[in-house]
Amino acid sequence: MLVEFAMQHAWLVPLLPACAFVVIVFLARPWQLLSAIVAVGSMATACFFATLAAIGIFTNHEYVEKPLVYATRWFSLGLPGMPDLRIDVGVQLDPVSAMMLFMVSFIATFIFLYSIGYMKGDPGYSVFFSYLSLFGASMLLLVLSSNLLQMFVAWELVGLCSYLLIGFYTHKISAREAAKKAFVTCRIADFGLLLGLLSLQIVFGTLNLTELAGKIEHFEEFTSFGMLTLIAVLVFIGPIGKSGQFPLHVWLPDAMEGPTPVSALIHAATMVVAGVYLVGRTMFLFHEVPSAMQLVAVTGGFTALFAATIAITQREIKRILAYSTVSQLGYMMLALGVGSLSASMFHLWTHAFFKALMFLGAGSVLTALHHKADVWEMGGLVKKMPITAWTFVIGGLAIAGIPPFAGFWSKDEILVSALNSGHYVLFAMAAFTAFLTAFYMWRMIFLAFFGAENPANHPQESPWTMTVPLLVLSVGACLAGLLGTPWHNVWGEWIRFGEAHEGPVNYGAMLLSIVLAGAGIFLAYTLYLKDAKKKRARKMAEWFGPVYRMLYNKYYIDELYLWFNHALVDGTAKLFYLFDIYVVDGIVNGIGAFARLSGDGLRVFQSGRLQNYVLVFFLGVLAVAVLMAFSGSTTAAGLVLGGVK
Amino acid sequence: MDFPILLAILLAPVAAALILAFVPREEHMLIRCIAAVGTFVSLALSLFAYFTYNQEIGGLQFVFGNNMPWIKDLGVTFFLAADGISLPMLLLTNLIGFSAVFASWNVNNRPREFFILLMLLITGVMGTFIAHDLFIFLLFYEVVVIPIYIMVVIWGSSKRVTKEYAGMKLTIYLLIGSAFLLVGVIALFVKTTAITGTPDMSFTGLAAAAQQLSPFDQTWLFALMLLGFGSLISMWPFHSWSPDGYAGAPTAVSMIHAGVLKKIGGYGLVKIALYMLPLGAKFWAPYMAVFGVIGVAYAAMGALAQKDLKYVVGYSSVSHMGYVILAVACMDVIGLNGAVANMFAHGVMAALFFSMIGFIYEKTHTRWIPDMGGLARQTPRLAVGFMLAAMASLGLPGLVSFIPEFTIFISAFNNYGGLAVVGIAGIIITALYVLRAGANTLFGPPRPEYDHLQDIKGPELVPLVVLGTVLVVGGFLPSLLFDMINSGVMPLHAAINDALQLGGNF
Amino acid sequence: MPAISLTHYVVLSALLFSIGLFGVLTKRNAVAVLICIELMLNAVNINLVAFSKYITPADFVGQIFSIFVITVAAAEVGVGLAIIIAIYRNRLSVNLDDFDWLKW
Repeated sequence: MLVEFAMQHAWLVPLLPACAFVVIVFLARPWQLLSAIVAVGSMATACFFATLAAIGIFTNHEYVEKPLVYATRWFSLGLPGMPDLRIDVGVQLDPVSAMMLFMVSFIATFIFLYSIGYMKGDPGYSVFFSYLSLFGASMLLLVLSSNLLQMFVAWELVGLCSYLLIGFYTHKISAREAAKKAFVTCRIADFGLLLGLLSLQIVFGTLNLTELAGKIEHFEEFTSFGMLTLIAVLVFIGPIGKSGQFPLHVWLPDAMEGPTPVSALIHAATMVVAGVYLVGRTMFLFHEVPSAMQLVAVTGGFTALFAATIAITQREIKRILAYSTVSQLGYMMLALGVGSLSASMFHLWTHAFFKALMFLGAGSVLTALHHKADVWEMGGLVKKMPITAWTFVIGGLAIAGIPPFAGFWSKDEILVSALNSGHYVLFAMAAFTAFLTAFYMWRMIFLAFFGAENPANHPQESPWTMTVPLLVLSVGACLAGLLGTPWHNVWGEWIRFGEAHEGPVNYGAMLLSIVLAGAGIFLAYTLYLKDAKKKRARKMAEWFGPVYRMLYNKYYIDELYLWFNHALVDGTAKLFYLFDIYVVDGIVNGIGAFARLSGDGLRVFQSGRLQNYVLVFFLGVLAVAVLMAFSGSTTAAGLVLGGVK
Repeated sequence: MDFPILLAILLAPVAAALILAFVPREEHMLIRCIAAVGTFVSLALSLFAYFTYNQEIGGLQFVFGNNMPWIKDLGVTFFLAADGISLPMLLLTNLIGFSAVFASWNVNNRPREFFILLMLLITGVMGTFIAHDLFIFLLFYEVVVIPIYIMVVIWGSSKRVTKEYAGMKLTIYLLIGSAFLLVGVIALFVKTTAITGTPDMSFTGLAAAAQQLSPFDQTWLFALMLLGFGSLISMWPFHSWSPDGYAGAPTAVSMIHAGVLKKIGGYGLVKIALYMLPLGAKFWAPYMAVFGVIGVAYAAMGALAQKDLKYVVGYSSVSHMGYVILAVACMDVIGLNGAVANMFAHGVMAALFFSMIGFIYEKTHTRWIPDMGGLARQTPRLAVGFMLAAMASLGLPGLVSFIPEFTIFISAFNNYGGLAVVGIAGIIITALYVLRAGANTLFGPPRPEYDHLQDIKGPELVPLVVLGTVLVVGGFLPSLLFDMINSGVMPLHAAINDALQLGGNF
Repeated sequence: MPAISLTHYVVLSALLFSIGLFGVLTKRNAVAVLICIELMLNAVNINLVAFSKYITPADFVGQIFSIFVITVAAAEVGVGLAIIIAIYRNRLSVNLDDFDWLKW
């Protein structure tokens, strides 16, 4: 009964936080606690409905093939019966969106709760919760969208929230610049996505997901294969930006300027996976175009490795996590590219839990240390902050891929699907990335939580509003992967594109990933804990001098973009402006000057003396009279009267 | 005869202006209130008209004076009527006019004269949108120019250029534009009268007669009109009055000018030039598209190089109008809808932008971006308004300007392909300059010299509330706007299509 | 003694007109210029009446016209003198050479 209601009214899920946003902005803002309660309450209610809707979907197998869609007209142009353009808005519930709906609202609820403690004492407390609510609403809208334009709207709105929240500490210049960078970078990507959507609308005449899926199946009736490839590539540009894929990943690490719950919610667990989700949603498009799939896979695989190498050398705790997010998003893309929607979504699901957990843990650490972010200045925190430390360790085990924690199962699934689809190079890259991941994560954990305490720090365990979400999420990080074990893959039965994946359990891949993860952790242990006194890490950095510096400076990509922006874009702009002032306006002013100068020339005749004027006047009359007298009346009349007789 | 609602809308500000003339000049508060009431009456009535217009029937409604000869020998009648294209524009004018009164709440230099002129300005703009007679249209248009000149020169501000220069440039540019227009109109009138024998200046009459003109005649007539309307809508390369003019003008004039006056150009292009001379439009459409795209990219780049807030928005409005021209050049249902809707959206957005900049200037006495920073801390409500306008400017979905731009993109991409891509790329540059201006003005470390600033409050909030509401509501319920525009565009497009079919058979 | 013909009137009128014109062009005193203008007007009057008398004696168009001219001339003198006095009060001069403010 209630389940049925939740499924038929799934739009309530995004609407509730949207209402919370409005209520906080217009009513509750002066009272901090009330704002927080409104935000958390609405999100918890939304989570409740989302859970019901998800139950509804996951108890009825028919929704796997045939999603539950209800939509209404948003606007249309042209004749009502046969519109030239019609855009619907609606809800599309199927296992993928139900999973996302549940995951987003669940994690958001706990991160909202966490923010109550984390943001204590901030002057923008209520505003923060209003932004969070707006974000929740937009993200849930994105998840539920039945139409690509609707999804694009939500996509941009989450971008807006991300912008507002990265720049939340408005007085910090770094926050301001990071926010701007995030928005503009995503804008560049959205340009591609927008072009893709336009082409889809023009070619197929609709942006409704289900209709598109039907039409693209026999796309030959509408367009050529080349055009479809182009469209797929254009659409993929959007996710490159949003999900921080190379080369548009640069905004994501900088986005850590925002408050930590924001990093956890938006830049780790939910918003950044929107790109992955979009590709998953439009899988029917990519599926038709193998070359686009290759592009997705290669981008993903390369990004995963690329970001992992940078993460090794970083010093700030949130920055390391940010690069690890980029790397993990690369995994998800890789999985999509090799054709396994199931593995990708599975990793998205587990990653949301352990990465949110780790970010919240980092936030807890930062609060305790008064925002001292350098991991080298931490150490031994496990004694003073046991809950934070041990939950963080769980997250570390999960991301490194140690069974039975969540990350192991999903990463294994990705490795296997890469192997099964014959992408051996990508498989090797992914496996090596797994080793790197284990290494840099545990480097951070050993440096921050174990080893010798730094006497300059006086850490304290955080209040319950912050530790409870940590505990809940750590349970998720432990168990979330059990849904998709290779022996009994419940996950793959529900969330898939095409047929459910059936195959023998690949023990070799499993063993390899465990060994690699173990090796990574062991290496980190030797370098940073056991032999920390010998400063071997420092020496290694010196040996690898140039390489180390290149990694530490993120391959100088930021500098390159900055140069591009300053020298080329601004330079061109300056050029255009000068052209405008001196050429276009010069012509305009030149015409004005011409009028003025000719006036100057003619004003000589205006002496201001009446008698001169009279004389000229008289001479004129005389001349006419003479003409009249001697040349017959017609010529004169012609001269004087303009030919009218 | 029904209540002449259009006439009432038109005359309410005139009545206010008349009353103002008899109010003692010291009674500042009374003066403002009278102006506010005058514009409010218009706004309320135009909202009423907007929502009682019957979209099912479409066509001209609220007709007034179609059989009331004004100049019999020229076939001029005082013909007022509204359709799905003029009603959004009328509503826009009133929204902005009402807000402009409140944006000028702190004018203390001769407020009586200021508001009288403002009322006349609003009346003139409204008149152009509801006139259904070409002569009356031109008449109202000329009415507009004079108050603007006086207002810029007396209440304007001098920065890069003096206000006298700005006012002069603005006025002369627009007058030259309207001179071309006038020649076009007279030629059209003479030619059509020669064909039909009975002089008729009404849009419908002219349009019907103009279909018998030869394609050659239509082509050069359209060129004249394009010059006239093009310089009014600041089509590249006739745009250079726009940034200077806005920078020199007082807030209210910038709002009305960027918000609605510019749109007279687009409105005229669609409802006069395109409607009457479809064959000419067909010939010029590719050129218009090129000019539109150049305008988009060029002005966006220009805006990127600006350091004065008003110049940023000035260039940005040139850039946005480029989209409108591009859309008109598409000449299909989607494009025309997008053109009109984008004019509405840009009007609301630009007016909000200019009103916020006006307040910033009033409070900080500077518009120079490097001199500002961190205002979000000191004046949060101002910052909200600014960011709202900025986000609308970069076409954020959920605000009114996104869907119009999207429809324009569809139509342009469909019709002009690669050329349109250049135009669409404008959204990136737009994001860059708008965010840069916003970030450097509002964010960053607060400056101590602005600590004493008062946030906008009381009447100053009206522009933000009114225009902000429209931005958001229009963004989430685009059908409110599009159903109306569509009801006006459909018959117009049908007429154009018929003419083009016929033209093809010749 | 030959009868006075139309030619005589016309010659007289031309002479009078030329004298007036000469005065208008050369006099420095504004009042004198005004007087000269009156001369020119009266020359015209003579013309009008003379032509009326000799060419269309039946109706009095010329006479009526000249009465109009006299009326206008009277008004003009009134206004002109008033202007001259006003200028004199401001500038303490009626010399036309001092009056060149009509230029920009």
